[in-house]
Amino acid sequence: MTTATAGGAGAAPPADDTTPRPSPPPDPGKSRRSVTGTRRIIAAAFLLPALVLLGALVLYPIGYSVYRSFFDQAGTGFAGIDNYTALFTDATILTAVKNNAIWVVFAPTVATALGLIFAVLTERIRWGTAFKLIVFMPMAISMLAAGIIFRLVYDQAPERGVANAVAVGVHDTFNQSSGFPKARPLPVHPLEKGDGGAFVSKEPIRAGQPLRVPLVGVAPAKMPGDARPAKEAPAVSGDGEKISGTAWLDFTRGGGGKPNAVDPKEVGLKGLTVEAVKDGRVIATATAGPDGVFTLPASADGAQLRLPADNFREPYNGVDWLGPSLVTPGIIGSYVWMWAGFAMVLIAAGLAGLPRELLEAARVDGANEWQVFRRITVPMLAPVLAVVLVTLMINVLKVFDLVFIIAPGSSQDDANVLALQLYRSSFGTDADLGIGSAIAVLLLLLVIPVMLFNIRRIRKEGRR
Amino acid sequence: MSATESSLKAKQAKQSLGARIAARAGGGVMRVFLILVALFWLMPTIGLLLSSLRGPQDIAATGWWKIFTAPSEMTFDNYQRLLDNSTITGSLLSTIMITVPSTVLVVVIGSLAGYAFAWMEFPGRDWWFLLVVGLLVVPVQVALIPVSELFGTIGIFETTLGVVLFHTAFGLPFAIFLLRNFFAEIPRELLEAARLDGAGEIRLFTRVVMPLGGPAIASLGIFQFLWVWNDMLVALIFADSESPPITVALQQQVRQFGNNIDVLAPGAFVSMVIPLAVFFAFQRQFVSGVMAGAVK
Repeated sequence: MTTATAGGAGAAPPADDTTPRPSPPPDPGKSRRSVTGTRRIIAAAFLLPALVLLGALVLYPIGYSVYRSFFDQAGTGFAGIDNYTALFTDATILTAVKNNAIWVVFAPTVATALGLIFAVLTERIRWGTAFKLIVFMPMAISMLAAGIIFRLVYDQAPERGVANAVAVGVHDTFNQSSGFPKARPLPVHPLEKGDGGAFVSKEPIRAGQPLRVPLVGVAPAKMPGDARPAKEAPAVSGDGEKISGTAWLDFTRGGGGKPNAVDPKEVGLKGLTVEAVKDGRVIATATAGPDGVFTLPASADGAQLRLPADNFREPYNGVDWLGPSLVTPGIIGSYVWMWAGFAMVLIAAGLAGLPRELLEAARVDGANEWQVFRRITVPMLAPVLAVVLVTLMINVLKVFDLVFIIAPGSSQDDANVLALQLYRSSFGTDADLGIGSAIAVLLLLLVIPVMLFNIRRIRKEGRR
Repeated sequence: MSATESSLKAKQAKQSLGARIAARAGGGVMRVFLILVALFWLMPTIGLLLSSLRGPQDIAATGWWKIFTAPSEMTFDNYQRLLDNSTITGSLLSTIMITVPSTVLVVVIGSLAGYAFAWMEFPGRDWWFLLVVGLLVVPVQVALIPVSELFGTIGIFETTLGVVLFHTAFGLPFAIFLLRNFFAEIPRELLEAARLDGAGEIRLFTRVVMPLGGPAIASLGIFQFLWVWNDMLVALIFADSESPPITVALQQQVRQFGNNIDVLAPGAFVSMVIPLAVFFAFQRQFVSGVMAGAVK
């Protein structure tokens, strides 16, 4: 899980007051000489199980992977560096390389930044521990469970996936949801296609003449629930100064209706927007009532009637979170959800160890909180931040489960990462163990700097 | 010097960054922000939990948040069905059969080696230990192909034994590293005293070193337990496909995602129960294990 960057000897004992915490012997190197005068055979017996397992299942595989990566798919022909070239030429694998780069740059940084913010903000809050517990909790669960959790969050259907429920909710608050996606006039109707999905009247509006807006192509189930039978608009409305009309669904269920006539069983297109357009400008707008009747002012005389395209837009279906372009950021989001708590806990521990006097002194000198944070807290935390970043980077290099679970089959190629490609290359239907081994060696090469860093650090501590 | 005095002083001094941000930048805003973040963090899990408590028809028709307006929809039928499903119960058993031995083996073998590195003398001790430190960051991916071929040759591919050995091997570098450092701090006098009482190497190990190493062993055990319990990749390749652990069993269901949330949601929760219980019961050990793995 997190067994990445080695700490020093001091890291080992947990912060537990009941632990015997002996003061370190004056000269660790010499004083840890055997107290029993161990015979070598006993030392060997103590070490043997560990060395056998490490040798057979960790060391030998490293050697074998390197060896195997120079052979072809069948494992018989020497392939030179072909397998390594394939990593950077094969389109699918190249996507994995690129995605891994995106992962390594963004996932650790975002998780660490959030961890830093949370650690600083909760430091002296009374319920800070409860907050930390909530954010840290995802670390205890499996990547599989986290994957299932986020597969549900990102579900395309707004009635299942909460991310899309929010997206659709926000969208519909700002954009009237359109009522009649596939509605259209028939050729006999007094309407024709306008620009950009709108429909316009063939004849200009004339005062004293009721307007007719018949449309077809709306499924009865999709009609507004409270639509009522359409009413023929009166030739002249009450005060004689307005122009009225009827927008209705020109379709009688079960047949019998006449086209272009308001038949008794036909219902009004409630909510349909109509505009009067003169010289390219909208001079009046009206909305049809439940019976389809709408009223335009007398000034609309001579204008063209237009049904704007907004009436006919497909309903907004939310964001395609797991589609090709958003799938990687989406999965990175789920990773951050899991690992920000890790960063937070480590940074909080580092924060607790900062010398308070220094921070106080800066404040006494008139530094504001932001300056203290920026100029003192962050620089002093730099070693901790570096360890967190490196640990997360190593972890991210190997990310597999989340991608495997969250990315649907259709976008798994777009979400591809090295560990996933390794799995597919090695255990898929047409496995190529040469390629799989080359990916394994690449992953190993990428962690070697950290490996050397750990070794150097331990050696230094041994010498002290 | 009295302890209370110094802790009071520390408290005053510590009433710094957070408190002052709270005071100056508007503590209310910050608190609201943190509450929102906490809710945001909880929401995905709560979504899955509530989904697991709704019938298949309800899941298909509406979102889990509808349960707040219609709490009567809540049902445990999904869990009932899940526990009647022998594949799932069998896979839970497999998970236990893999996790418990892996944890015990790592603790035992790691302790033996950790003690040897800390307190025994043999040629090249420090070099061997550096080798172990070097292996800390080796990714498991490196071993998947070679070990599956190796296990195939010796006939333990797709067996519980194979999975256990794999997890043990990859848990060992961290185990040895952690325990060696902890054991090395045991006071020499304690060991010498035991030695004078006539304890041999084995007695010294079982009666003095292991008990004193309790806290580190607890951290390691919890860590390894959660790691193995939560693993999917290793089991996917090395476990018996007839009786896979719970992670693999659920993973096989994910392909149908959307139509079987009534299986996946409760299944994921059942798989999370033990890790979460361990996490809440042993937070401190878990955190110190995490810290030991990463930071000094």
